[in-house]
Amino acid sequence: MIGKWLDIGPVTQIEPGTARTLPVEGGEEIAVFRTMTGDCYALVNKCPHKQGPLSQGIVHGAVVTCPLHNWNISLRTGEALGEDQGCVPTIPTKVDGGRIFLLREAVLNPRSKSRAA
Amino acid sequence: MNAPASFERSQALKGTREKLVVIGNGMAGCRAVEEILARDPERYEVTIFGAEPRVNYNRIMLSPVLAGEKRFEDIIINGQGWYDEHGIALVAGDPVTQIDREHQTVIAASGRVEPYDRLLIATGSDPFIIPVPGKDLPGVVTFRDLDDVDKMLAAAEAGGEAVVIGGGLLGLEAAHGLNLRGMKVTVVHLMPTLMERQLDEAAGWLLKEELERRGQAILIGADTEAIIEREGHVAGVRLKDGREIPADIVVMAVGIRPNIGLAKGAGLEVERGIVVDDHMVTSDPAILAVGECVQHRGACYGLVAPLWEMCHALADGLTGEPSGYAGSVTSTKLKVSGIDLFSAGDFSGSDGSEDIVMRDAARGIYKRVVVRDAKVIGAVLYGDTADGNWYFDLLKRNEDISEIREALIFGQAFASGGALLDPNAAVAALSDDAEICGCNGVSKGKVVACIAGGAHSIDAVRAGCKASASCGSCTNLVESLLSITLGEGAVEAGPKTMCKCTSFTHDDVRRLILEKELKAIPAVMQELHWTTPEGCASCRPALNYYLLCAWPGEYADDEKSRFVNERMHANIQKDGTYSVVPRMWGGITNPTELRAIADVVEKYNAPMVKVTGGQRLDIFGIKKEDLPAVWADLNAAGMVSGHAYGKALRTVKTCVGSEWCRFGTQDSTGLGIKIEQMTWGSYMPHKFKIAVSGCPRNCAEATIKDFGVVCVDSGYELHVGGNGGIKVRATDLLCKVATEEEALEICTAFIQLYREDAIYLERTAPWIERKGLEWLKSQLFDDPETVGRLARRFRFSQKFWQVDPWANRAGGAHRELHSHLAEVRPLKLESAR
Repeated sequence: MIGKWLDIGPVTQIEPGTARTLPVEGGEEIAVFRTMTGDCYALVNKCPHKQGPLSQGIVHGAVVTCPLHNWNISLRTGEALGEDQGCVPTIPTKVDGGRIFLLREAVLNPRSKSRAA
Repeated sequence: MNAPASFERSQALKGTREKLVVIGNGMAGCRAVEEILARDPERYEVTIFGAEPRVNYNRIMLSPVLAGEKRFEDIIINGQGWYDEHGIALVAGDPVTQIDREHQTVIAASGRVEPYDRLLIATGSDPFIIPVPGKDLPGVVTFRDLDDVDKMLAAAEAGGEAVVIGGGLLGLEAAHGLNLRGMKVTVVHLMPTLMERQLDEAAGWLLKEELERRGQAILIGADTEAIIEREGHVAGVRLKDGREIPADIVVMAVGIRPNIGLAKGAGLEVERGIVVDDHMVTSDPAILAVGECVQHRGACYGLVAPLWEMCHALADGLTGEPSGYAGSVTSTKLKVSGIDLFSAGDFSGSDGSEDIVMRDAARGIYKRVVVRDAKVIGAVLYGDTADGNWYFDLLKRNEDISEIREALIFGQAFASGGALLDPNAAVAALSDDAEICGCNGVSKGKVVACIAGGAHSIDAVRAGCKASASCGSCTNLVESLLSITLGEGAVEAGPKTMCKCTSFTHDDVRRLILEKELKAIPAVMQELHWTTPEGCASCRPALNYYLLCAWPGEYADDEKSRFVNERMHANIQKDGTYSVVPRMWGGITNPTELRAIADVVEKYNAPMVKVTGGQRLDIFGIKKEDLPAVWADLNAAGMVSGHAYGKALRTVKTCVGSEWCRFGTQDSTGLGIKIEQMTWGSYMPHKFKIAVSGCPRNCAEATIKDFGVVCVDSGYELHVGGNGGIKVRATDLLCKVATEEEALEICTAFIQLYREDAIYLERTAPWIERKGLEWLKSQLFDDPETVGRLARRFRFSQKFWQVDPWANRAGGAHRELHSHLAEVRPLKLESAR
């Protein structure tokens, strides 16, 4: 049986304050973030501005700064902060028993502000 | 509190009442029974099964027992008398092994079968044991019950060394207890911040400093690989980085897991915990669950306050007056004597939330209140927790704080002070003798006199009377004094602050890093009263540079605070791929290098290779996963990183010089190579380009470089501050020297002065425009010793930075930056890992 949540491995694979990538065959690459306080978030790895790889940005609090043009994107909602307008799809994420789980349907079909969980 | 029911009466009622069986004699199980008895003492005939062979005690007080501040007798909640008085059958030391839902019975380890009408599962949680070799050795304990405490006390009796794995609430309390009992304690924590669930980086850093002062060794970012054995007993802990820490006892306190085995075995709906509704009823209407074993609206709790709230709702439901449980907002305090620490709610920096931060370095205080939509949503306090409950109360009541927003961070006494609500009014009310700046002992009278004497900006006040010139914590007070004395509109803005996180300028920050010997980013943020918890994408890279420049060999580079290019050692392109530029010393290359580059282009399908303006080759379109292999191939041909991606020495462009050119006056190529070999690898405030031209025809374009050498018959003209970018600027002539040695020495001295003085992201051209050429010449040449001193500092720093970063990565360092977490293939999702 295929579960609702997709196990993508132990949280220790992502150093706090950084992100790593999860390519989806036939879909959008996902960036999985871990904040300095250890919370995990997942977004489609494309800045709403010019599709910069958000996984490569500097993480501060629950915000990532895009490496291409310094847009600040909320890890929680995927929305651009400040004056900038735009939103990148988020993937509901949970940590259980030291492992990261992403909501399977959102991984396969990411939608802006998906709150299916 | 409980309505007493006599034992005889309850005996008489036996058989007529509903049978309530409770699995778990812990805090949740007994509290639930207490709550039920308080509402309807005669409704149920109660049997409690407990796995531990003792009466009900307060588990959260085990830390003070370990620390020797309390005895077991002090922490008993209900003694045997309570069970007797209420006619409760206690089955201690005989754990339930099975639930038979069909026959509504539970079966214990001894074979005892007990029927129930209502069953309450309160099995709590188990300590999480990390699956490493040696986890089952004698001497490895958890911190969950009295038996664990007894084992730790026995070990402490013998003295020696203890390792606590886990720097969370429980682990730190265990470490504190063992430390007080005379053991040498090391805390091994996986995350970069202690108690990261409850604290932010700033508060975690203060806590770490304090625990270290108390003699504990705190290892953060430390991943346990194995527990070492000697003669059948634990002997130490080995970390993944190879370090070994000797230990006579190892305490595992990395977290807890809801104990759901029984419920799962009985076929109840479980996820992380046993799933319950708002009345604590499981998927079987006859079975309820409460405490740390449950999952309510997706949340599991490991603290005691939610448990009380759950028991309340449960008892209401079981006595026919359902009220419902809506989830809990929790707060945390660390039970370590002498450390005041409080946290509550959400402080992860969410959308639209705003941080109000107050730091007082002198008193070791950090306060942060998180506000969203005029409501308090979280708070972290360290050093002064007097207002913790007030903030928690505002948070739980969802109170609108717009009225007291300005004064909120100063606490209840100040914020509720009516007339004092306006901070300016509060400052105006101070006497002239009141001390404004504690660091420099400046009174209000002196500050006002300084302002009256013409200091109309923060910076002018700092320069004039030293108020707020050291730690900056009184900046707000000085700002108030400025606007009281001059009127709001007349206060002049000083030089630009570093970013919105601080009131200090770049120059102030650099000066204070040296003066106060600050050697880590959190240390700078605390000591200089940063107004944000973790800084921002603008100040973090700047601080990282200032620290590595100030403390070569001592400061540990923080890659998380580097821009992508410097972190990846390649240049990111608009499609997310990278370009790679190997170093070509002085722009000279050879067949081996060219062949290696050609091979890389073909092997990795690089779509383009381009000749750069800096006389090198740039290979485009390399994926981050391929970078280490590309670098390994280039290394094999003798090439190293060209740092084309860094705020660093880029290229040394040369012309062919006297060796070939009929106009050449000196060996410009040879000098260029020497300069590049001396300066490569050095990080700077911004990118830095050098060129050496062999004659005044200047084919290497030396007069639009940061440092340019133009060779002439009689020696070398040294030029500085050129730029060919957005705003073209020709160089200024710095000086003329006769020998190569002098040219090299002045080049290094100039670079070091730029490294130590310029603002992060300021090229040499605007730097020289800002400071003036005369200033520069005077800095370098007024004192004949200066050039040598600067050059020596530069050479010392180079010892640590002239290491090829590509070779490190090619050798396997930071593999995680160059690989995906996993790949997802639809239809074959199960094998995603």
